[in-house]
Amino acid sequence: MTAAVELTGITKRFDDVVAVDNIDLEIADGEFFAMLGPSGCGKTTTLRMIAGLEFPTMGSLKIFGDEVGTLPPNKRPVNTVFQNYALFPHMDVIANVSFGLRMQGIDKKVATASAREMIKIVRLEGLEERRPSQMSGGQQQRVALARALVNHPKVLLLDEPLGALDLKLRQEMQGELKRLQQDLGISFVFVTHDQEEALTMSDRIAVMNDGQLLQVGTPEDIYENPANRFVADFIGQTNLLEGTVEDSSTVCLANGARVHAPSAHGSGTKVAISLRPERAHIRQRGDVSAGETAVDGVVESVTYLGNARVYGIRLDFMGMEVRDENRPGAMLHEPGSEIAVSWETSAISVVAD
Amino acid sequence: MTVVDQPVDDAGVEATPEFEAAAIRQESQRGFLLALPSYAYLILFFVVPLVIVVVYSFATRNQFGGTDLSGWNFDSYAKLGEPIVRAILFRSVWLALITTVICLVIGYPFAYFLATRSPRIRNVMLVFVMIPFWTNFLVRNYAWRVILGNNGPLTKTTEFLGLGEQELLFSQTAVVLGLVYGFLPFMILPLYASIERIDSGLLEASRDLYANGWQSFRRVLLPLSMPGVIAGSILCFVPSLGAYVTPEILGGAKTTLLGSYIVTQFLTARNWPLGASLSFVLMAIMLSATLVYFRKGGQTL
Repeated sequence: MTAAVELTGITKRFDDVVAVDNIDLEIADGEFFAMLGPSGCGKTTTLRMIAGLEFPTMGSLKIFGDEVGTLPPNKRPVNTVFQNYALFPHMDVIANVSFGLRMQGIDKKVATASAREMIKIVRLEGLEERRPSQMSGGQQQRVALARALVNHPKVLLLDEPLGALDLKLRQEMQGELKRLQQDLGISFVFVTHDQEEALTMSDRIAVMNDGQLLQVGTPEDIYENPANRFVADFIGQTNLLEGTVEDSSTVCLANGARVHAPSAHGSGTKVAISLRPERAHIRQRGDVSAGETAVDGVVESVTYLGNARVYGIRLDFMGMEVRDENRPGAMLHEPGSEIAVSWETSAISVVAD
Repeated sequence: MTVVDQPVDDAGVEATPEFEAAAIRQESQRGFLLALPSYAYLILFFVVPLVIVVVYSFATRNQFGGTDLSGWNFDSYAKLGEPIVRAILFRSVWLALITTVICLVIGYPFAYFLATRSPRIRNVMLVFVMIPFWTNFLVRNYAWRVILGNNGPLTKTTEFLGLGEQELLFSQTAVVLGLVYGFLPFMILPLYASIERIDSGLLEASRDLYANGWQSFRRVLLPLSMPGVIAGSILCFVPSLGAYVTPEILGGAKTTLLGSYIVTQFLTARNWPLGASLSFVLMAIMLSATLVYFRKGGQTL
C-alpha cells in the first residue's frame, strides 16, 4: 500500500541552522501519527514542509505517491489545523469553514451546505454567524478543525492544536480528535511536545530532537524500548543509572556494582540503565526476590500523590525516584529508612547516547 | 488603573458606593485639568478662526473690496454653482482622487514588502520613507521644478531617447507627480502599520485552504488591512484636495486648483466671503471623508 506521506532524505536549513536533518519517514493511510519532541526539535518544520508552507532544502516528499516537495500549499491534498487556529477574524464561522471550498471554485450554495454539515459534525450548530472573536478557545478549535476537514483532505496536519486549551478541555478534545480520525479514516499527523498526549492518542509516534528523527514506533514500543537516552528520558519519567557495558549481559554501574542487564551495545560503551519509577520496588535489604537485581539506598523523601507515593531515594552514586501505587496494605517507608531498590531484568532498558 | 488617593480617610473604613463615586469623579476631573491647555489652545487658534470663516462666508463684499459684516446672505454660496468655480472644484477633487489612487497602488506593495522584512531592514527602510520630511516641502517642490523643467534631467532623457522634448512642467501631470511625491509617505505609513499587525499565519492558512496568491490577497490581506487603506487614502486625499504649494509651483495657469483659487479670492480678488465659503465647503468635504474613516476604519484601529 502507498504511504499517505513519505519523506526521504528530507533536510531543511535556515541559513546556517539545520532545522531538519536528513529524515526518512513513512506515515500510513488512516494512521494517527504524532511527531513528538521538545520545542525547536524540527517537528513543526517537518509538518510545515508537508503542508507546503516551507520548502525542503533537499529530499523527496511524497503524498500518496505523488512528489509534492516543490508544490505550493494550495496544490497539495492536505489541510492544516494551526497552532493558534489562524481563523479569519473578518469572517463568520460559515465563511471560515466554507473558505477552502470556495477557493476551489465550488458554488457558494454547495460550499455553504457542506460547511453547515461539517459544523454539525464538530458540534457547533447555532454558532454559524459568530465571529471567531466571539467564541471560546475550544469553539475556535472546532472551527479550525471543521475548516480543514470540510475539504476532505487526504491527510490532516495538526500543529499543537490543543496547546492553548485548558486541561479539562484538552482531554475532551483528545477523545474527540481520536473519534473523528477513526470515523473519517484519514491520516492525522499531529505535532506535540506533550508526551502524554502523544502516548494516549497516537497509533505511532516519531520522537525528534535537534532536527534528528530518533525513533519511530508505537507508544508501547517507544515507552518500553527507547532507542536511546534522550527518548527514554523524554517519554514518561525514568531514572538513568549511569554505567559501562561489561559484556552482553552485564553493566558495571558508576559505583562499581555489576548488575545483570542484557544489551546489544559493545563492551566499554557508556550507557545508562533506564528504570521507570513505577517499575522499581522498595525492599528490605537482604529480602530481594530471586531474579531481581537490587542496589542499596536510603529513603530521602516521600511525596503523597493520592493514588501513589513517590519516594526519593539516595543511592551511593545518584538520587532516584520510585513510585509506589497506593494499594491497600502498601508498605510505608519513612525518610531515613535503609532499604534496597530492586527490579526485574525485563523492567529495564539499556540505552546509549 | 485608578489610584484613589483623595477622599481617603486615614483610618480605613468599609467601602461605600458614595466613596467609589467620589473617587471616579475626581479621576475624571483630574483628566480634564490635564487636557485643559490643549483645549484652550485649540479653542483659541482653531475653533475661533473657524467661526470667523463661517461668519465671513455669509457676509457681503462691498464695492471697495472690503467686507461688510452686515446684510447676511447666501450669495457667496450661490457663486459656488458658477461654472468656473464648479470646474475648479471638480478638477481639484479629480486630481486628489488620482493622486490617492496612484499613492495606494504604489504604496501598498511597498508597505507589504516593508511589513514582511526583518525588523532591522524594516527600520532602515522606514527611515528612507521619512527622509524627505527632513527638507522643507517648498524646497522639495522647487527641486521637482528643476527635474521637470526645460533643461532638466527628464527632458534631457526623453531627448536622448529620441522622444523629443517632453515638457511636463506646468501641467496637470506635473501637479499629480508632485502631489504623489509629497503624500506617498502618508499612504505608506498607515498601510505599513496595519499590514504589519496582520498575523502572517492567516495568509498561510488561506494558502493551505487552496487560495492562490491573488485570492489570498483579495480575501484575507486586503480586507484585514482595510483600516490602513482608508486611513492612508484620507491622509492623501485631504491634503491633495487643499494643496496650494505644489499646484502653485508645478502647475500652470490652466490648472488652478481650489487652494490657489481660495488664496486668489482673499488676496487678489478681495472677495473674502467667496474665499470663506469655499474654505468652508472644502472643510466640509474633508470632514465627511474623515467621518467615513472613523466609521469604517476607525473602530478597528
